[in-house]
Amino acid sequence: MTALRQVDRRRWLPAILALAAAWPAALAAQDTTSGVRIGLTYTAGTRPGVYVAPVTGAWADSVRAILQRDLDYGDRVTAMPLENGDPIAGPLNYPMYARLGAQAVVQASVTPGGSLHIALHDVGQAKVSNVGDFPMPPAPLTPEWRLAVHGASDEVERWITGNRGIAQSRVLFVRDKGLWIVDSDGANAKPVGIGGSTAVTALSPSWHPSGRYIAYCEMGDDGTKILLKDLQTNKTQRVSNRLGTNVTPSWSPDGSTLAFSSGEDGTDIFAVNPFTGEPAHRVTVSHGKSDTSPSYSPDGRQLAFMSDRSGHPEVYIVDADGANVDLLTSTGFGDQLYRSNPDWSPDGRRVAFQSLIGGVFQVMTINVRDRSVQALTSEGRNEDPTWAPDGRHIVFTSSRSGAKQLWVLDTETYRMRQLTRVGSARQGSWSPRLGNAK
Amino acid sequence: MFALRRSTIATLMAAAALSACKSKPAPAPAPTPAPVAPAPRGPNADSIAAANKARADAAARAAAEEAARRNAAALAAVKATLAQIVYFDYDKDEIRDDQKATLEAKVPILTANGALRIRVAGHTDDRGSDEYNIALGQRRAASVKRYLAARGINESRVETISFGEERPVASGQTEEAWSKNRRAEFEIIGGGDSIKAPQ
Repeated sequence: MTALRQVDRRRWLPAILALAAAWPAALAAQDTTSGVRIGLTYTAGTRPGVYVAPVTGAWADSVRAILQRDLDYGDRVTAMPLENGDPIAGPLNYPMYARLGAQAVVQASVTPGGSLHIALHDVGQAKVSNVGDFPMPPAPLTPEWRLAVHGASDEVERWITGNRGIAQSRVLFVRDKGLWIVDSDGANAKPVGIGGSTAVTALSPSWHPSGRYIAYCEMGDDGTKILLKDLQTNKTQRVSNRLGTNVTPSWSPDGSTLAFSSGEDGTDIFAVNPFTGEPAHRVTVSHGKSDTSPSYSPDGRQLAFMSDRSGHPEVYIVDADGANVDLLTSTGFGDQLYRSNPDWSPDGRRVAFQSLIGGVFQVMTINVRDRSVQALTSEGRNEDPTWAPDGRHIVFTSSRSGAKQLWVLDTETYRMRQLTRVGSARQGSWSPRLGNAK
Repeated sequence: MFALRRSTIATLMAAAALSACKSKPAPAPAPTPAPVAPAPRGPNADSIAAANKARADAAARAAAEEAARRNAAALAAVKATLAQIVYFDYDKDEIRDDQKATLEAKVPILTANGALRIRVAGHTDDRGSDEYNIALGQRRAASVKRYLAARGINESRVETISFGEERPVASGQTEEAWSKNRRAEFEIIGGGDSIKAPQ
């Protein structure tokens, strides 16, 4: 006998009808007359309805809200709106949840020992399919605590869809001439203590694949240099001592190499292993033109970069040793005057970039193999795309709300959400999954 | 722009004043001193002599100050010429024809002051990608350096950096603002204390 059966049905009927009206797609998927098997077999392209039941224990409302929002932001499931009610006690009323459009129910509780206990119910099979216990840091509502809840959300998403979520990650960006950081859901935006003034401006942050280091460009009265900060030891070292300009650092996927743009008479792409003290070696030769914004392929064998060697900015690909420069953005689209800021997707298939379309920058992707192009934005000025570690979401800078802010886009559903809100923000860099970070 | 401290200006003025007293050729000719009256005689001879000497000293001081003022004005003009900004067309790093006179005026100053070292900083407007704009600003600075090198100014004396779009002087999404931001700025980074005007 569940707690819900004991509740007056008249109170629940409007909710059931409201949910039924709101989730016709989910209900259609459950139409047994068409022979579709109800259950948690995740098919890409369908979005199972997932309901996060009221949570028990300390800070229950916050935990519930974070779990539901993380599943929503993952864009792989339909995270159903939260309804008021009592936490589940005893067996679930599976048929009722099925009628509400839920294919999965997340039942979470914060134990007195301080860990988050989660049971995932498969509504179609009318049983618990997964159980997990997630240790939580003692101080609630801190960034570390939220990161731990995000880790639980990511695991729940893996139970449901087979893909681990990216809620447990952060985005570095530039605000007011300094580096800031924000949680993947937009919470806890704060400066990290790098740059922040005209005399010492920090730009172009780039996360190391381990999440331990940040490379960035520091701009001072005497020009630009590439620096590397160890977030564990708080130590900073200078990476590039070269004269002229030093900008746009970007890590190789194995974390051994930092590519960057440098030069006096034009700029070329260089690469260096900053941990061994070796000198940087040249990757591209621009002959006095501007090669910038390198981005490694996930197998580390190639780099995408921006160059105006043809007379205007375009995106090129080159082998990591500098051989075989190939124009990527050759096909006719947009104004054909300006394509820049490439970022190679984690699955290796596409390069995101920005292109002038009708005189305004838009975010686009190009398939590396067949060179087919897709526009992802159309409203406002949109630029500087950076892939999330799931290879599906992109953070980019948009002026659509007025000031430049970071927005997150799902490249499969085109769903957009605003990540930063205060002041202005640009040059986002998405961290790897931060499983052991604080 | 110019990193010129008050103490440097004071030093320059003192140096100019001192140099006006030595036998080096001064930039402006000193006015001829007033003729000295013959030594007076009689009971008030000492006070009259003292008054005459005071007048002569004042005249000499005035002449020296006038020379120092003219010297300082000439040096200020030299520095202003060095500091004059060069402007660029959109997305370009070529030196525009109407900007060549500005660059040409700097050449004799650099030639006359072999110890002088300058830093050229390239800037852009904010229309393009901010990452690419740092590279474009560097190209603008390099373009200026090439121009000066072709006029005989050794490359080791010209440092080039870029601020991209990060340090605008004008705000707003208008061509007026953008054109003011597309520029190269000049700063003395060495040899500025002994700078002198070209003859």
